[in-house]
Amino acid sequence: MTALLKLTGVTAYYGAIQALKGVDLEVNKGEIVTLIGSNGAGKSTLMMTICGNPRARDGHIHYDSQEITRLPTFEIMRRGLAQSPEGRRIFPRMTVHENLLMGAFGRPPHEAVQTMEQVFTLFPRLKERMAQRGGTLSGGEQQMLAIGRALMSRPRLLLLDEPSLGLAPLVVKLIFGAIRELNRTTGLTVLLVEQNAFQALRLAHRGYVLVNGAITMAGPGAELLARPEIRAAYLEGAH
Amino acid sequence: MSKYPAALGGKSQPPALVRVVRDAGLSAIVAFGLFASMIGLRLFPTGNGMKLHYRWLMLAAVVVAVFAGRVIMLTWRANRPAGTPQPRRIAEAINHAGKYVGAVFLIAAATLPLYGGRYFIDTGILVMTYVMLGWGLTIVVGLAGLLDLGYVAFYAVGAYSYALLSTTYHLGFWTTLPIAGLLAAVWGILLGFPVLRLRGDYLAIVTLAFGEIIRVVLINWTSFTGGPNGITDIPRPTLFGLKFNGSGDPDTFAAFFGIDYSLTQRVVFLYYVIFGLALLTNWVSLRLRRLPLGRAWEALREDEIACRALGINVTVTKLTAFAIGAMFGGFAGAFFATRQAFVSPESFNFGESALVLAIVVLGGLGSQLGVALAAVVMIGGSELFRDFAEYRMLVFGVGLVVMMVLRPRGLVSGRTPSIALGARKEIAAELVAQGRG
Repeated sequence: MTALLKLTGVTAYYGAIQALKGVDLEVNKGEIVTLIGSNGAGKSTLMMTICGNPRARDGHIHYDSQEITRLPTFEIMRRGLAQSPEGRRIFPRMTVHENLLMGAFGRPPHEAVQTMEQVFTLFPRLKERMAQRGGTLSGGEQQMLAIGRALMSRPRLLLLDEPSLGLAPLVVKLIFGAIRELNRTTGLTVLLVEQNAFQALRLAHRGYVLVNGAITMAGPGAELLARPEIRAAYLEGAH
Repeated sequence: MSKYPAALGGKSQPPALVRVVRDAGLSAIVAFGLFASMIGLRLFPTGNGMKLHYRWLMLAAVVVAVFAGRVIMLTWRANRPAGTPQPRRIAEAINHAGKYVGAVFLIAAATLPLYGGRYFIDTGILVMTYVMLGWGLTIVVGLAGLLDLGYVAFYAVGAYSYALLSTTYHLGFWTTLPIAGLLAAVWGILLGFPVLRLRGDYLAIVTLAFGEIIRVVLINWTSFTGGPNGITDIPRPTLFGLKFNGSGDPDTFAAFFGIDYSLTQRVVFLYYVIFGLALLTNWVSLRLRRLPLGRAWEALREDEIACRALGINVTVTKLTAFAIGAMFGGFAGAFFATRQAFVSPESFNFGESALVLAIVVLGGLGSQLGVALAAVVMIGGSELFRDFAEYRMLVFGVGLVVMMVLRPRGLVSGRTPSIALGARKEIAAELVAQGRG
């Protein structure tokens, strides 16, 4: 298998604070890879660094065998990456339809119509809500919209930042189900950042554990789930 | 103070009447303290000094008015039906009526010279200039959400561009108009670059400073701009080469059509020029809203980080908003110069920026009809109160405060989707949280 996304020795800083301390990570084509870690471990920073904001200070990020480390964000996103950012960040005063169209920014218009149908097949709820303002949707619907919007650019790699944040377990199940479905049917590669380690590791083919800005463990999802130290650190009291 | 009538309040509360009188009495005391020296006392200059006059009657009237007003307000509050008013219905009604109001306004504006007198048309030109400025600023503030307090700078650039090019190189109005717009757009981009990373209040301060810089440069660069004296004898615009003057030459409008010359002809012509320019601004911004660029502006207003995550080039998006907004400011400036035949830095102070911004905010951010209504109310209204010069700003200020309390999101606050999907479902802006979702 070839790596679609490859990070080698990536560091990132917020001013003088080092948020990432040399991260090595690989996402292969067609894989679902999850990155778990506690609050402040640097998960979201890693996600943002891949997108070039903040830029990595050292190390290299390769996407599809091309270096993207120093590219501006919009250049990176145009190469077939899409991100569903943390906290969903949909456009509250724009309709669901407009939100989705924003995801297809810079793509030919006829393609957007087609892609939107695919998004609606995945999340039929969004079709019902098409003319509604993003801000009036429920949390789960907003998350569907955020993922749908990211899919509108027809990405080969989807970056998902905490899609389960603040959602009821039933809704989380629905969304994770959709991600699995998407991966199975279209072969979409997914990098999933999660605090909900149990759900994420069950979904993912492989997982990484991020602690204080560095990867401490890596392996197949099921294997990580079985490890006692993972159970102790992230799954204690979980179902 | 309880919202409920005394009957619901239980035994511990005093009767409603006592509470109302107590509350209103307190307001009256505050009013007395406030106005005792402002209204009650007045100094008159006499031959050898000042003389103090007491105006107790007037002070008493104001205090009584405050007392009565408070009583009425409290009574209204206590008897108001339970539950919140339905902003959605109001917004729907306005939006529904909007189509007709807009059409009526357009027809009324297009036919204004037919029924209006000279003074009326002159006021119309003034209102129309501000409508155009408002629509131009709407692109920057309303759509892209970039709070610009220095919009007058572009107005000034446009005005001076035309003034200088026409008086120095004898270029005509219609040749210079695009140049003025272009120069203003360039200045818009120049302003845009340093403020790319700024948002909200910080952006507002820098744009404010930018507006002042332009004005101060205009005042002090005497050799180029004429300094505080300004530029005089700026040529008037022509209609396909026909001039508007009473010289009787064959290339004047009156002589060409074989009619008697009257000053009104030029005024009517100027009115239609600014009417056309304003319509152009409106048409372009409505068009842009439906294009990906316009939608990107709106998305930028809603959430900049999400825009970046979607691969939108935020830099280009912001700069185009500044440039296009500035361009229309420049057009309006060129028109201003040709209409006045005189420009000086005095016309481009911060007050103008504030006025245009007030029109945009009052009208409802991003609403084209709202901006037009607000411009009519603010400019036309203050023209109406010209006879009460002293109280004009007072009425103006009270009006703004009342307006912002009653309709905090402006006259027309509902946002129309850029793409309609069959049955329209209007949701009032009040129901949607601003900023993050």
